[in-house]
Amino acid sequence: MKAYVKAISYHLPEQVFSNEEFFRLFPESRDNVNLRKLGISKRHIVSPNETASDLAVKSALKLFEEHAVNKEDIDFILFCSTEFDHHIPTTACLIQGRLGVSTHCGALDLNLGCSGYVYGLSLAKGLVETSGCKNVLLLTASSGTKTLHPKDKSSRYLFGDGAAATLISSRPEQDGIGVFVFGTDGKRGDKIIIRDGLGRYPLTSGSMTDTADEYGNITNHASFYMNGQSVFNFGLRIVPAVIGELLAKSGMSMDDMDHVVFHQTNQFMNDTIREKANIPVSKFISYLEPCGNTASSSIPIALYEGMVSGRISTGNTAMLVAFGSGLSWAATTIKL
Amino acid sequence: MMTTEEFTKALEAEFEDIAPGTVTPDTDYRTIKGWSSMHALIVIAFADAQFDVLLTGSDLKSTNTFRELHQLIQEKITA
Repeated sequence: MKAYVKAISYHLPEQVFSNEEFFRLFPESRDNVNLRKLGISKRHIVSPNETASDLAVKSALKLFEEHAVNKEDIDFILFCSTEFDHHIPTTACLIQGRLGVSTHCGALDLNLGCSGYVYGLSLAKGLVETSGCKNVLLLTASSGTKTLHPKDKSSRYLFGDGAAATLISSRPEQDGIGVFVFGTDGKRGDKIIIRDGLGRYPLTSGSMTDTADEYGNITNHASFYMNGQSVFNFGLRIVPAVIGELLAKSGMSMDDMDHVVFHQTNQFMNDTIREKANIPVSKFISYLEPCGNTASSSIPIALYEGMVSGRISTGNTAMLVAFGSGLSWAATTIKL
Repeated sequence: MMTTEEFTKALEAEFEDIAPGTVTPDTDYRTIKGWSSMHALIVIAFADAQFDVLLTGSDLKSTNTFRELHQLIQEKITA
């Protein structure tokens, strides 16, 4: 049996954090017209009591309704996030209970950020093609804005919360998910990190000590930190190389791709990488303006909106390239 | 190879919030009104696109003026 992406739905939390609100909080940024290059006008933000799994459950329910999926047919749940409900049990197990999916369903958490969607697809493909699963529910979710320091203006401009549900199903012949390329550089794990609060560095009073970078972004070791310049360089160097590697491994060329979808970091970074990788604008799918960077959900959200807008059609081939914290990256192709 | 003046003019054009002719090669680029991390990313993208040179955050910290930046890029090209 072969795996393919059968359906995608997504959910964004109700509360909106607009650019206007951002500029009220950070008035010194109001005149920075260069921010427009980032291509974001608003982000959706979780409420204080809302979790990533809450968003994931809502995206799954939407998938069931929107695509007439019988939840009894789900035989595996993959939950990809960096925010989980408890240390124990596995959040995917709790999601199985909340969704009322069969107890014959397997469930697994996957702790990855922005690269997570492609990793999730690879696991789902393995479950379908080697373990006999027929319908894998891949849930990606981020409530990461809760981890942002209130005065970390760069991150607060970029990131939004959201979740996506992707149904990966089996079919007899046609391959719907292609080969994969993976990569990891844990030596640069500190470039995107929430350092304190788990095994390596428990929370202490020092975790709350604020530090500012030269651009006035304030954070601490209990909050999210991203070295924007390092991550930008990481994307510029890794993504074109990964694309070359994927094309060589798959025996395909860029001409075989109807679309290319990157993790939606921000429009400036993605356009810069796109130009460096010689990807035609006509193939490039972007969806950032109404939701910002939604971590591992950004690719399925962009795919969904591409399909809704008519840019992506059934039968199209799309290259997916995801990269982020870890540092971690992965790429594949899907035939929709 | 771009002259320092051409380099300054070309990089200035990438910053959409300053009028043409505002800066000179000896302008401290951090004194540009509203200098932000976004400007730093524009510099990095410019160096990559124009010269295929990778500028790190440390590289930026080691320079102040457009002239110094141009010199650093030239050094990286010939290194």
